[in-house]
Formats: sequence, structure tokens, C-alpha cells
Amino acid sequence: MSSQMVMYDEEFRHIETVCERLARDSVARAVFLIDKNGQLIVAAGQSANFDTTSLASLVAGEIAATGGLAQLMGEREFSTLFHEGDRDNLHISVVASRAILVVIFDKRTSLGLVRLRVKKGAEELETIFQALVERTAKEGAQTPFAELTDEDIDNLFSV
Amino acid sequence: MSFINYSSREINCKIVYYGPGLCGKTTNLHYIYNKTSPQAKGKMISLATETERTLFFDFLPLQLGEIRGFKTRFHLYTVPGQVFYDASRKLILKGVDGIVFVADSQRARMEANEESIFNLADNLKEQCYDIAKIPMVLQYNKRDLPMAAPAEELTRRLNTRQWPEFMATATNGFGVFDTLKEIAKLVLQELKKGTR
Ligand SMILES: Nc1nc2c(ncn2[C@@H]2O[C@H](COP(=O)(O)OP(=O)(O)OP(=O)(O)O)[C@@H](O)[C@H]2O)c(=O)[nH]1
Ligand SMILES: [Mg+2]
Repeated sequence: MSSQMVMYDEEFRHIETVCERLARDSVARAVFLIDKNGQLIVAAGQSANFDTTSLASLVAGEIAATGGLAQLMGEREFSTLFHEGDRDNLHISVVASRAILVVIFDKRTSLGLVRLRVKKGAEELETIFQALVERTAKEGAQTPFAELTDEDIDNLFSV
Repeated sequence: MSFINYSSREINCKIVYYGPGLCGKTTNLHYIYNKTSPQAKGKMISLATETERTLFFDFLPLQLGEIRGFKTRFHLYTVPGQVFYDASRKLILKGVDGIVFVADSQRARMEANEESIFNLADNLKEQCYDIAKIPMVLQYNKRDLPMAAPAEELTRRLNTRQWPEFMATATNGFGVFDTLKEIAKLVLQELKKGTR
């Protein structure tokens, strides 16, 4: 069974810094890092303008479907996708095999610049994820709730 | 694959509703969506055909309460039940933490239910999950229909591994939250064991 993903403070801040720098340097509207299962890891730039939860799940679905297509065609992976809109464009790429980097940008910048900055950012993220994997393997994932009661579960649903 | 974020103190889990075509997976999610308060849910996304059959997935994000200071989020997905959408079903199963198997109680659908459980086992195995080990509950849906098989028959034909089972009528909500609570509990209990 696949191991769970764990994110610690230090790596989280580090990833946040990389994404914020990417948003700034590529003059993007927003940058999102999403786990391949559709869970948002980090949002940077003007991310408040977007429905990030929906975006994360749809992008993950799209990457999954594209991965299925790649397999059919005997490719290892189609690692980038680009969608051009009237106003906004989406640049989507897989980083460190387990996360998806999404850059939303408009006419104030160019695909060339975005590509260039994404490449640099992806390399940095790769290193951080590598460190994260090693750390999780070493420390193990302690769960915050060692003793879970039925009451805990009922309380969850009382909101 | 659950995601524990110690930085934002959040736990994310993925639950997939599986089962044969028209068994009521999407109806389960609609009911949950309609009965959940606005602050506890996000937008529901349905990628469906024009006749409202699921084409790729339905997605419903729930932000439930806290446990020991950790916000818990459950991402609910449904798969398309129609046989020929198998490639899509495999994709949706990636990273799953828990499964609700929705069976159609109608006698005429018994074989479709069995086939779908076998298909689930195969697809899980392809991703190195074991149907005997992953958190899973069974829901016998459409109890309101006169053609519904008796519960004992469904148990005998489908519940080969003593999964927790629930009677349901998703259209009016009977059994829907009981099912969801049980799978949430099993998933969190699994998390308790930590990294495997
Ligand atoms: N009578 C009755 N009808 C139900 C019940 N649950 C679902 N239905 C109906 O069954 C039909 C199919 O329901 P869906 O929820 O779309 O089925 P699904 O499992 O999502 O189907 P796919 O997307 O094709 O896999 C709809 O017309 C529902 O109203 C139930 O408990 N009782
Ligand atoms: Mg459906």
C-alpha cells in the first residue's frame, strides 16, 4: 500500500518560498502546488481569486487522464500541459513525480518566461521533496490521534 | 494516500464510492452535499454525460471538525460504474484511503454487483492495494424498491470479508451518513497506525 504523505513545517515553508518566488519571477497571477491525488499543498500569488479545491481536483484528474494516455502510447509521461484562454493561460507540469505545479498567467508575461522559471522552480522542489521522503522514512509518520473514539467521529459530523 | 500537513495542521483523506452503473453513487454524494452546512463543504464537481451518467468522476470536498487540533478534510469521489469506463475507474482509485462499495439491492443487479466487486479487487491489486486490507464498507442501496433482495442474500453473495454493511435508500438519505461515518472512522483508525 502506498505510504501516506507527510508535510513538516520546515519543508512547507521552503516550498512556499519557492512557489512565491516563481509567481513573482514569472509575473504569474497565481501558482499552485498540488499533490497528484488532488490535494492542494501550497498556493502563491493572487490565489484568493480562485476556487483552489475544485482547481486541485480537476487538475489532478486531468494529469491522471493524461498519464493514462501516455501509457497507452508507450510514453513514460506527458510531463507538461498548456491551456490557452482568452484572458488566462494555464501551465501545468509534474514535479518530483508526485506533485503538480500549476501556473496561471495572463498577457503581462509570456509562455517562454513561465517555462523558464517553472524549470528552475521544479528543480528546487525536486530537492525539497527528496528531503521530505528521506525525513518521513527516518522519522516515520506519527499520527496526531493515537486513541480515536467513536465520539471523536460523531463530533466531526456535528458541524 | 492520506496527507498529513503538520504545518497547516490538516489531514486530508480520499474516499471513493465504487459500484455498478446506476447503483446510486452519485445520489449518495448529492444527499451528503445537500445536508452539509455551507462552511463544511466545497463545490461539488460532476463530470457527467448529458444523461447524468458519471463520465469521469464526481468530487465533493468536506471540511469536517477537528481531531486533536487537526482539521480533517475528506475528499469524496465517485467512479463511473458503466463497465466500459474501466480506465477511468483505475485513475480515480489512485491514492485512495477508503472505499464505500455501493451495491444495488435489486435482484436483477446481483451479478452486476459481484462483477463490480471483482473489478474493484483487480483494480486495487494493479496498484498494489489489497481489498482485504484497505478500509472498506458495503452499502446495500435502493432498499425502498419492492424488487430488493433480502439483506441476508446480499450479505451472502457480496460480503465475503465481513466488511461493515449498511442498508440505504440514497434518494431519501436513509443510511447515507451512517455509511460515511463508518468509512471515515475506518480511515482515521488506519491512519492511527502511521506509515506502513
Ligand atoms: N428507488 C431508488 N432509486 C435510487 C436510489 N438511489 C439512486 N436511485 C436512482 O438511481 C438512478 C442512478 O443513480 P446514480 O446515483 O446516478 O447512479 P451512479 O451509481 O452514480 O451511476 P453511474 O454514474 O452510471 O455509475 C437515479 O435515477 C437515482 O435517482 C434509491 O435508494 N432508491
Ligand atoms: Mg454516477
